[in-house]
Amino acid sequence: MALYINHVEIEDTYAEAFKMWGARAIITARTRKWAYEAANRMTGFATSVIGCKCEAGIEGDVDDTLDGRPGVSVLIFTPSKDDLPKRLMERIGQTVMTCPTTACFNGLVAPDNVTIGGQLRYFGDGYQMSKLVDGRRFWRIPVMEGEFLIEDRFGMQPSVGGGNFLILGENADVTLDAAERAVQAMRKVRGAILPFPGGIVRSGSKTGSQYKFLIASTNDAYCPTLRGVVQTALPEGINSVLEIVIDGLDEQAVEEATRVGILAACIPGIRRITAGNYGGRLGQFKIDMHRILRQEAAA
Amino acid sequence: MTTLKLNLQSNIPLEAGTITPDQFQDKSPGQIAKLPVVFGNEPFELGDFFTVDADGSNDIILKGDASRVKHIGEGMTKGNIIVEGNAGMHLGAGMRGGFIRVEGNAGDWAGAEMAGGLILIKGNAGHALGGAYRGSRRGMTRGRILVNGNAGNETGSLMRRGLIAVGGSTGEFTGCFMIAGTVIVFGQLGARPGPGMKHGTLITFQTPELLPTFRYACTYQPGFLGLILQSLRSQGVPVVDEYLTGRYRRYSGDFTALGKGEILVYDQH
Repeated sequence: MALYINHVEIEDTYAEAFKMWGARAIITARTRKWAYEAANRMTGFATSVIGCKCEAGIEGDVDDTLDGRPGVSVLIFTPSKDDLPKRLMERIGQTVMTCPTTACFNGLVAPDNVTIGGQLRYFGDGYQMSKLVDGRRFWRIPVMEGEFLIEDRFGMQPSVGGGNFLILGENADVTLDAAERAVQAMRKVRGAILPFPGGIVRSGSKTGSQYKFLIASTNDAYCPTLRGVVQTALPEGINSVLEIVIDGLDEQAVEEATRVGILAACIPGIRRITAGNYGGRLGQFKIDMHRILRQEAAA
Repeated sequence: MTTLKLNLQSNIPLEAGTITPDQFQDKSPGQIAKLPVVFGNEPFELGDFFTVDADGSNDIILKGDASRVKHIGEGMTKGNIIVEGNAGMHLGAGMRGGFIRVEGNAGDWAGAEMAGGLILIKGNAGHALGGAYRGSRRGMTRGRILVNGNAGNETGSLMRRGLIAVGGSTGEFTGCFMIAGTVIVFGQLGARPGPGMKHGTLITFQTPELLPTFRYACTYQPGFLGLILQSLRSQGVPVVDEYLTGRYRRYSGDFTALGKGEILVYDQH
C-alpha cells in the first residue's frame, strides 16, 4: 500500500544494514572548542569502511563528564571485532592525544572491552602512571603540555552499520535542503551517527563494477545524468538524489534516526524517499520504511 | 539490622574481630552472643560484653563507646557497620568489601592493609591509617578511606593502591614508602611527607614541609585530579571548585627511592 508523508511518497522497501562493532569515546578538554577539535580529527576520513577502514562520527555534546570538563561523544564502527581496537588506537593516539588539553574516556559499558589506554601508555616511555578511580583505571601519560589522561579499557558491542535512505528531489537545491533538515533532526538521536560529510552522501554506491579491480562503483540507477542510458530507478521529474547513511550502537538507534530523518526530509519539492538494499542477501538487518513510519502515516 | 550495645567500662582492650557482617550473617542473637572475643589475655564470648539484638541481616549498628574495642570489621567482605561512637584500633583492617561508618574517632591502624570497601570516619583517625603492619610489604591495596577530621603519623604507609582522603591534617611521614595509590589531605600535610615513596600521589592544598629529596617539576593542571575530586564530591566530601580547576605544583620523589612518586601542592597564586 502506498504511503505518503506531506505528499512525499515513501517507497515500500527497506534499508539493508550490516552487523558492525561499535565503541564510544568521550573526549573532554578545557573548552568545548578543543574537545571538538579532537573529535573532528578523530572522525575525519572515516566515512565508509570501503576506503577508510572504519566509520566514525560525532554523537553530540556531553556535559556530565568524569572530569567535569566540556565533552564530546564520538562513535566509531568497524566491520570486525578485531579491527576496532586498531582503529581506536590509531585515531585516539594520533588525533586526541596530540590535541591540547584533551582527555579521553570510555563511554560504553559493554561485556566486551579492549585495552586502549593500557597500550597508548607506552608512549610515556616508562614515566606513565595509572590511577584507579571507582573501579576504572586511567593512564596519565606525560606529554610536553602536561599530561594526557586516557581510560585503560574501552567497551565495544555488536552494532548496526549502513542504515540508509535516499531523498529523491526535483532539483539539487531542494534535495540538499531536505537532506540538511534530516541531518539536523537525526543528530539529536543518541547512539547513532552519520559518518559522511555533513551527514550526507552524494555518491551512493552499488556493489561491483565493470572494472574488476573495484568492489564498489557509482549507483547508476539513481544517477539522474544516466537516465536513458541505464535501467534507471528515477521517476520523471527527479533531478537529484542524496543519501543519508546511519550507523548505530543498536538497531533501535538506527531505526529512530531513520524515522526522524525521513519525517524531516518530507518537504515540498521532494518526490520520493527510498532506501538502498541488496535484495536482502548481504545484510543482517532490514529496516523497513513503512514499518518504522506506520505510526506517522496513521496520524 | 543487628544491634550491639556495649556493656563495658574498662581500659582493658577487647579484641573483637568477630564483629563483621560475614560472621553475623544468618545467625540468631544467641549464636552471635557466643562468638569468641579476647578480653585482655583471656578468651570470652561476645555476649559477655554486648547486648545483642539480631535479625540475620548484613548490617550492624554498634552502640556505646567502643574506643577500646579492637578489630571491628576486620577482614569483612560485605555489609555495613555503623559505629555510633568511637572505634578502637585496627578498625576494618584487611577488609575486602562493605562499608564502615564511625560517627566518632577511630584508633590506630584503621583500614590497615585493607583490600576493598569503604571506611568513613567522621572524627579523627589514629596513626598508620591504611598503612602496613610492621614487617609487611604493603599497606592498603584497594578501597577508600575518608576521614573528616585529622589523621596521625604514617598515614598510608606502604600503600599500594586505593585512596585516602583526610579532611583535616595528617601527622608526620604521610605516605612513607608508598608504592602507589593516592592520599589527599585537605588540611595541613604533616612534616616530611612521602619518605621513601616509589610511586603514588600525595595531594595537599596547603604549603607542606618537604624533604630535600623531592624536586620541583612544574606547575600545571593534573587532569586525573578532576576525576578523583569529582568522585569524592559524589560521596559527600566538600570540594571547592577552585581545587578542580586550579594549578598544582608538582614535586617528584623520593629520590632516595625510585623517584616516580609525586606530591601535588595546590598553587594559590
